[in-house]
Amino acid sequence: MKYTSLAFAMLALLVRVACAAEERNSALKDGPDVDLTTARCSICHSTDYISMNSVFLKRAGWDAEVHKMIKVMGAPITEEEAQQIVTYLARYYGVE
Amino acid sequence: MTTRRAILKAAGGWALGGTAALRLARAALPTGAADSQTLEVIDGKQPLIRRSGRPPNYESPLAYLGDPITPNDRFFVRWHLADIPEIDPRQWRLKVDGEAAGRGFELSLEDLRRDFEPVELIAVCQCAGNQRGLAEPHVPGVQWGAGAVGNARWRGVRLKDILARAQLKADALEIAFEGADGPVLASTPDFTKSLPVWKAADEHTLIAYEMNGAPLPRWNGFPVRAIVPGWAATYWVKQLTQIHVLNQPLKSFWMSTAYRVPSGRFPLRDRFVSQENETSTPIMEIDVNSAVTSVSTGQKFRAGRPMPIQGVAWDCGDGIRQVEVSLDGGQRWSQARLGRDLGRYSFRAWQFTHTPGRAGSVRLMTRATSARGIVQPQDWTANPAGYHNNVVQGIDLAVI
Repeated sequence: MKYTSLAFAMLALLVRVACAAEERNSALKDGPDVDLTTARCSICHSTDYISMNSVFLKRAGWDAEVHKMIKVMGAPITEEEAQQIVTYLARYYGVE
Repeated sequence: MTTRRAILKAAGGWALGGTAALRLARAALPTGAADSQTLEVIDGKQPLIRRSGRPPNYESPLAYLGDPITPNDRFFVRWHLADIPEIDPRQWRLKVDGEAAGRGFELSLEDLRRDFEPVELIAVCQCAGNQRGLAEPHVPGVQWGAGAVGNARWRGVRLKDILARAQLKADALEIAFEGADGPVLASTPDFTKSLPVWKAADEHTLIAYEMNGAPLPRWNGFPVRAIVPGWAATYWVKQLTQIHVLNQPLKSFWMSTAYRVPSGRFPLRDRFVSQENETSTPIMEIDVNSAVTSVSTGQKFRAGRPMPIQGVAWDCGDGIRQVEVSLDGGQRWSQARLGRDLGRYSFRAWQFTHTPGRAGSVRLMTRATSARGIVQPQDWTANPAGYHNNVVQGIDLAVI
């Protein structure tokens, strides 16, 4: 178990270099409709959900995710906005 | 959320020269998940690996799981919905009712402690999606590594004792749980879960108010949560406020659509008949699994010196029969020494000592076998939500 203790000691050292942050929402990649995407998705969750789920979805995959958020999770996103958001996600967080 | 947080390190995976044991693993995770993971402090916790900040989803570095009982401040955190109230334990009430309850009532925390026999149980709590991020091909969802799991000594009361007071009618079918947490938008389905009556009435299914001798941490469900040993954590509802005795299946997104696996693809042991349909069944049992907690990928060892290889193994409550270790990527396997048995629902510690003779690379693997003879698989059985990922993991080490 002493290896675990050593690891914790090292980690404690590292915590000292930590910088405080409030609700850090890792910024999405800049591009057309990044503001719309951030605004709509951030109503319910931090945008790290997006970066975390990349890069492996094709456009159809992001389309399914966005429409799940609308139909199942009740996200207030119009269909026009959904298409803009899907285009943004597919381009910056998707597999072309 | 007003949580104070400290953020450690940024992109690229742990560049601050930390110990190898706390290196954030990248292998097999989606690149975006690997790039965005950080070690972060949330209230009352040691640094955990952030998967998402809001709602908070944080996993334990595997080095935290080295002791078979996971300390409260190192225990993983998983929430579905972002409205997570701070609960005043004096105001908290547990409401028990439902159409198949002979009588309804409310319990305060004091009632719970005073009116029912207290019991303790050590049990593994594991997210159904543990290791989802390691699935190939990747599937969307929280991209967990292998640390969405922990083991604690839970203290509380038997759910069956509470149900006895509710005087279940003959047509009682499911016991539903609801917590105080909720969605940001009224249009989002609230998180509700149910158990079949047989599982709810199991003597090991608890309503817990203590974790490792202390009140539950806020992020692990203070003041009271459900403990459903052997089953995925999705049923272990946190901030529990309502228990409904139902005479029909709970219709809830989180039962009917989410947390399900295709029928026929996995062997059935436990059955949740009232929630089964033609194509899918609810996820239930925790799969047999093992984790290495003392070393991690990229670590270097000197030839001629012993390498400390240790970790934990667990399953759905059958118990662990053996843990095997391979140092050559799975060609030859040797038995690890099992530690003390803390109960069939608990982590089982194991240890293996190896002294490498010469420089070279080592691909370390471990596989556990349950008392029922079920062995961790080499390959993942794909399913849309990325569940049941207990595949043998590889750790690449260097001997210099």
